[in-house]
Amino acid sequence: MGAAILPVLVFTVLWGGVGIILPFLVPKGPNRGVLQVILMLTGACCWLFWLCCYMCQMNPLIGPIIQSHVALVMQQEWGGGPATNAQSA
Amino acid sequence: MSLFRSEEMALCQLFLQSEAAYACVSELGELGLAQFRDLNPFVNAFQRKFVNEVRRCDEMERKLRYLEKEIKKDGIPMLDSGENVEAPQPREMIDLEATFEKLENELREVNQNAEALKRNYLELTELKHILRKTQVFFDEREIHDVDESLTANLIEDQYVGTQMMNLAAKQGHLGFVAGVILRERIPPFERMLWRACRGNVFLRQAEIDTPLEDPTTSDQVYKSVFIIFFQGDQLKIRVKKICEGFRATLYPCPETPNDRREMAVGVMTRIEDLNTVLSQTQDHRHRVLVAAAKSIKIWFTKVRKIKAIYHTLNLFNLDVTQKCLIAECWVPVSDLEAIHLALRRGTERSGSSVPPILNRMETREVPPTYFRLNKFTKGFQMLIDAYGVGTYREANPAPYAIITFPFLFAVMFGDFGHGLIMTLFALWMVMNEKPLIAKKSTSEIWNIFFGGRYIILLMGFFSMYTGLIYNDFFSKSLNLFGSQWFVPQKSMYIFKEKDVMLDPKNAYANSPYPIGLDPVWQVADNKINFLNAYKMKVSIIIGVCHMIFGVMMSLWNHMFFRKKINILCDFVPQIIFMTFIFFYLVLLVFHKWVAYYATGDDEGLGPHCAPSILITFINMVLFKNGEKIGECEPYMYGGQQGFQKFLVVIAVLCIPWMLAGKPYLIYKYRQLQHQQFTNVSTAGLTEESDQVQMANGAAAPSGDHEENEKMEDIVIHQAIHTIEYVLGCVSNTASYLRLWALSLAHAQLSEVLWGMVLRLGLQSGSWFGGVFLFMIFAAWACLTLAILVLMEGLSAFLHTLRLHWVEFQNKFYQGAGYPFSPFSFDTILETAQNVEE
Repeated sequence: MGAAILPVLVFTVLWGGVGIILPFLVPKGPNRGVLQVILMLTGACCWLFWLCCYMCQMNPLIGPIIQSHVALVMQQEWGGGPATNAQSA
Repeated sequence: MSLFRSEEMALCQLFLQSEAAYACVSELGELGLAQFRDLNPFVNAFQRKFVNEVRRCDEMERKLRYLEKEIKKDGIPMLDSGENVEAPQPREMIDLEATFEKLENELREVNQNAEALKRNYLELTELKHILRKTQVFFDEREIHDVDESLTANLIEDQYVGTQMMNLAAKQGHLGFVAGVILRERIPPFERMLWRACRGNVFLRQAEIDTPLEDPTTSDQVYKSVFIIFFQGDQLKIRVKKICEGFRATLYPCPETPNDRREMAVGVMTRIEDLNTVLSQTQDHRHRVLVAAAKSIKIWFTKVRKIKAIYHTLNLFNLDVTQKCLIAECWVPVSDLEAIHLALRRGTERSGSSVPPILNRMETREVPPTYFRLNKFTKGFQMLIDAYGVGTYREANPAPYAIITFPFLFAVMFGDFGHGLIMTLFALWMVMNEKPLIAKKSTSEIWNIFFGGRYIILLMGFFSMYTGLIYNDFFSKSLNLFGSQWFVPQKSMYIFKEKDVMLDPKNAYANSPYPIGLDPVWQVADNKINFLNAYKMKVSIIIGVCHMIFGVMMSLWNHMFFRKKINILCDFVPQIIFMTFIFFYLVLLVFHKWVAYYATGDDEGLGPHCAPSILITFINMVLFKNGEKIGECEPYMYGGQQGFQKFLVVIAVLCIPWMLAGKPYLIYKYRQLQHQQFTNVSTAGLTEESDQVQMANGAAAPSGDHEENEKMEDIVIHQAIHTIEYVLGCVSNTASYLRLWALSLAHAQLSEVLWGMVLRLGLQSGSWFGGVFLFMIFAAWACLTLAILVLMEGLSAFLHTLRLHWVEFQNKFYQGAGYPFSPFSFDTILETAQNVEE
């Protein structure tokens, strides 16, 4: 349970880059201030929205209820999951 | 920093030499950076100095409009080079007037001639038709003469009259009248004749096939030729009167065939002559109009500029010596240099030796609000201005709305497919910006969409992102990274049940789906339960962040205006109230996500023990103690009870602080001032200070409100402010739940549309299924566009607008300013053109 390092790192670096690093690289001009605000807010909003979605799935308290024929298809199409693979190995 | 706060403005006094005034104002109009104030507000428009000039300009404009109308009538394209012509010198006005006068007279004369010729032509054509048609009638009569005996046996209605005529002709003089009448008047005309003459006249008529042109209105009208036979003079008078009454034109028609033939030949030659003359007149008219069409747009621009200049000069004051004009204008401080340059250019152009004087004035009046906008920021500023134009120099919400507006919209509209459609539409508008602007559409709805093209573009981008996070693509999920939920191999027994709940303990991989919601939820029966919990929490988190951002903006405002008292008594308690109660709620949400899990060994942290955040929050505010149920702790961490009590107590204490802090400090400050004042006045200046006080009171009636406000007003104002804020925090937080409600509604609606419409097409097999799917897809696509993208988009847009105007801006934005409307030729010409169209 918990977070995987890779997606958290990738997304934090991505939106952190947009929100923190890019504002420094905005060329000088009359619109510099506005562009910086735009980049910072974009980074913050997008990161927060992704984070909420990620965190709310981190520790699921309920599981999806699916119909058994859907479950059958799921098992065939998406596989039995890493746990069973590990067990069979 | 121009978009963050409005430009600093200065009130300037301008002294212009009378000769140079015109040129200087013209230069300022080209520049478009000065807003002139009316210095004679009580002078009637007809008593101003340059009334005559304005009137002359009006007259010129009228002539130009007449010309333009004639040009449009002939369908001659008007050359619009789009080049900017400078306002002509005042002396050029006479030339222009003479040109227009000449053109107008020429045109009127030509038109008059053409009309007379056309009338003539019409008469001749009508006569021609009469001669041609009546010939048929007369021929008929001769035939009847011949075989009268035959027709006598076959008496039919139509021939009764003919026979009667023939009888009459034998008896002696049978008169007739021939003429032309509008076709639709024939039936009443016939009825009238029958009744008035008691059936003693006989009317024959024939339709003229080709429409004739009415010379006065130049409409195409259909007419008929008629001929009336009658006997006796009395009937003749009566018939003629009826013809007159029905506006029929009568033409002389000779009785004998030879005369008629001669006349017809004469008419034909005259028509031909007329045709040549007419075409020559038309050619002349055309030549005149083509020449005028080349420069009419330039003339319009010139005249409108002259008129605008004189209108502006009418706002000025004349100084005592009549040698110079005094003007007052608002000017952006950073543009003073450009204004100076423009004035100097104007002076040089007019050849005046005395330079104009520009003085910055001290004033207590509130300057206008001015933002330097570009095509991108304009749309967003308009959203803000629709609520209220910002107070002078206060923080402008527009630069933040550029992102937060599309983002909040997208939270409600989140669907990758719908976002894609929106993005493509906006991209098309942005890419074809120039040709679309050049088209100058008059459709209001189109102009609204086009004006907001950059807003729509950003809304589309963000909708695509949130759609990715919600994992909705036309209500279907993408399984890009592989679902983290699976059906374990060993649990085949589950298929005995109708449906099955995947247990997080053994059917879930260790980490969540990397981007957005796991696709498994799309097929789950308890999808709504899960989405509700998620979206509700997200909307609270976003809402609280948005509101805290608004409160921080108020801090920035107070710092800018150097109002320490507001920071101390408004901002600090406000932010404490907000964070201690509502941001704490957000933290609880995050804590619950992290702390409770299904697979742990600790039973106290299992899923059935996870407390409801809402109940916890209500208990916190009501000071209720939670109870332990079984092995589940009511609290989420140690010491929560005490900490929550502390938070609530401090937050509640903030309310009296907000309520009384500011009035008390102002009261103290005034007392202190009063003491100092009385100390000074007791030193022996009592009378003088009274006078000074009176003078001050008279001089600054519109001055600082805050210093003159009565104590009671301050208290009441502060009370309202406090109540608004405290209640607002609760209701606004609840108001952000619309993010959840609308996004849920959108997702459900698109799912229903897929399930009810497109699925029908996907289910039917064989070749017929393909055809059926083709039609079903069209229906689904139309409904998706009309309802999901357009209507839902509109509703989400309006809710976003409300969240910005009310929930965000009431934390810091006053919006009590008035816009800067500089004297600018560009805007004047543009509005004139729009009015014209």
